[in-house]
Amino acid sequence: MVEKITVGHVHMSGCTGCLVSFADNYEGLFKILDNYADLVYALTLVDVRHVPEMDVALVEGSVCLQDKCSVEEIKETREKAKIVVALGGCAAYGNITRFCRGGQWNQPQMESYVPIGDLIDVDVYIPGCAPTPQQIRNVCLMAYLLLKGTDEQKELAGAYLKPLMALAKRGDEACGCDLMYDVINQGLCMGCGSCAAACPVRAVTIEGGKPQIERDLCIKCGACYAQCPRSFFNFDVMNEFEGISELIKEVMQ
Amino acid sequence: MVLGNYKTCVAARSTDKEILKGAQDGGIVTQLFAYALEEGIIDGAIVAGPSDEPWKPEPMVATTRAELLAARGTKYNLSPNISLLKEATRSYGLDRIGIVGTPCQMQAVRKAQLYPIGMRDVPDKIALAIGIFCMENFPYQSIEAIVEDHCNQKLESVTKMDIGKGKFWAYTERGAVSQIPLKVTHKYEQPGCHVCLDYVSNLADVSTGSVGTPDGWSTVFVRTKNGENAWNKAITAGCFETQDIAGVKPGLDLVTKLATDKITKNQKTLEARASFGVGKGLRNPYL
Ligand SMILES: Cc1cc2nc3c(=O)[nH]c(=O)nc-3n(C[C@H](O)[C@H](O)[C@H](O)COP(=O)(O)OP(=O)(O)OC[C@H]3O[C@@H](n4cnc5c(N)ncnc54)[C@H](O)[C@@H]3O)c2cc1C
Ligand code: SF4
Ligand code: SF4
Ligand code: SF4
Repeated sequence: MVEKITVGHVHMSGCTGCLVSFADNYEGLFKILDNYADLVYALTLVDVRHVPEMDVALVEGSVCLQDKCSVEEIKETREKAKIVVALGGCAAYGNITRFCRGGQWNQPQMESYVPIGDLIDVDVYIPGCAPTPQQIRNVCLMAYLLLKGTDEQKELAGAYLKPLMALAKRGDEACGCDLMYDVINQGLCMGCGSCAAACPVRAVTIEGGKPQIERDLCIKCGACYAQCPRSFFNFDVMNEFEGISELIKEVMQ
Repeated sequence: MVLGNYKTCVAARSTDKEILKGAQDGGIVTQLFAYALEEGIIDGAIVAGPSDEPWKPEPMVATTRAELLAARGTKYNLSPNISLLKEATRSYGLDRIGIVGTPCQMQAVRKAQLYPIGMRDVPDKIALAIGIFCMENFPYQSIEAIVEDHCNQKLESVTKMDIGKGKFWAYTERGAVSQIPLKVTHKYEQPGCHVCLDYVSNLADVSTGSVGTPDGWSTVFVRTKNGENAWNKAITAGCFETQDIAGVKPGLDLVTKLATDKITKNQKTLEARASFGVGKGLRNPYL
């Protein structure tokens, strides 16, 4: 068996939906853990108390500034992981935790929550609330190919991950408004409807063939913009969709 | 990548008279979905169905032949078919989805499969993606202006619209035919189409359009294993009559020419966007 990569799930202020999504790969999860990745850190799943060295850290949740332990842990994650992935809307963009105002039992003073990119450099974003099992799977496999694959596989994985790395550079605020600023206002929207399909809270509807954003409903997960074919679209990767889909299917068999 | 990857290309039309009546060209889309539905290759298909307003499409999940037939024909305005992609697996419970769309919509389908960011459990459920050729699309209000102001026809009296031979055509129920040169329609096009670099739905499983073949026939590219599987079975079942594409007029040369023209023109638009302002440009989506 080829060498595995080491992966950890680091839990900040999130609802565990991202971890559940990871697990929702069902037998696919076992396949990943059997053949490609050793899980070296994860709440309830791995009996390790302190963030260890690892290749890939999947970080779920935003960081509560008043929780010293979380602030320390996210810094430690950056120091100990080769690749830090913001897993899901909260880690990437703050998501629903942007709306926190404190006052909850049993730590009423905990009131400020920031996406992890506010405190550390992040390498890869997986937006969405919850992020999809398939997107997490694809990133795990591509991370594996990037670190352990042949030259050709490294190139493919690099090309695949590039836009998700660009999202991490783009910034850590997201909103349905991104569709307005970066797609519609730029004269790029062609009315496909992907944004409406992607939104987990149905804040995007299609009126007269174009997206209409109900901003009060938006939880700021970043899925609509990232799913839009006019946010990023790399022909090198997309033209190879059949081969890549087959590759993913094959390795998951 | 002017014509994309493909395994075969033929001229074809449906052998089903009922489908042909009311189909835009050779009834390829409706026939192939109807067959795939019957054979269990798909559980349903996302198509551009009718709505309350004349010629304004409404995306719908068709799960019967009658629904597929009701969605026949080209509506030259926006039908956001991808908006139902996740919904088709939820409310409709489809495990094998058929979907028809323009080249940009096929791009959206493939992005949803490779980067399923907001598309939980969708990637493995795309069973048959049929792409249609597309030079440009229009907002609904543009079609109103083109048909009512320029062609002088009421939208509700129009039975078919077509683009071909350099003209926009509107056929009415009383047999009148209005035609206007395409140069009149250009200014009404959807702006987002001007950065589009695909004419023949390169990323579809099967793609089809009228250009290249005689009236009533369609040009068909079979592109992927999924597409080949459905297409070959449909041929064996006698769903289509076909002709060698090399033997029909005007043939693939015209398809290649139009595809090249579109890509060249839109590539220029992309370049022009880079220096649109003074020392400032507009975004390039292809990064
Ligand atoms: C905007 C637009 C521009 C086009 N431009 C060209 C062109 O330049 N050259 C060319 O050869 N062909 C073009 N076509 C394709 C052509 O008009 C026919 O759609 C195609 O040949 C299929 O015909 P058919 O008889 O096989 O399909 P049919 O059996 O008539 O079925 C057509 C299918 O397309 C769906 N559909 C209709 N309108 C839309 C829409 N707006 N968006 C998404 N799906 C829709 C219908 O629901 C139906 O399922 C264009 C189509 C559209 C929608
Ligand atoms: S509009 Fe929907 S998909 Fe977009 S960021 Fe807001 S919640 Fe997420
Ligand atoms: S996904 Fe992008 S291109 Fe498609 S309708 Fe939404 S904003 Fe427009
Ligand atoms: S021209 Fe391109 S962007 Fe416009 S509708 Fe056709 S395929 Fe879509």
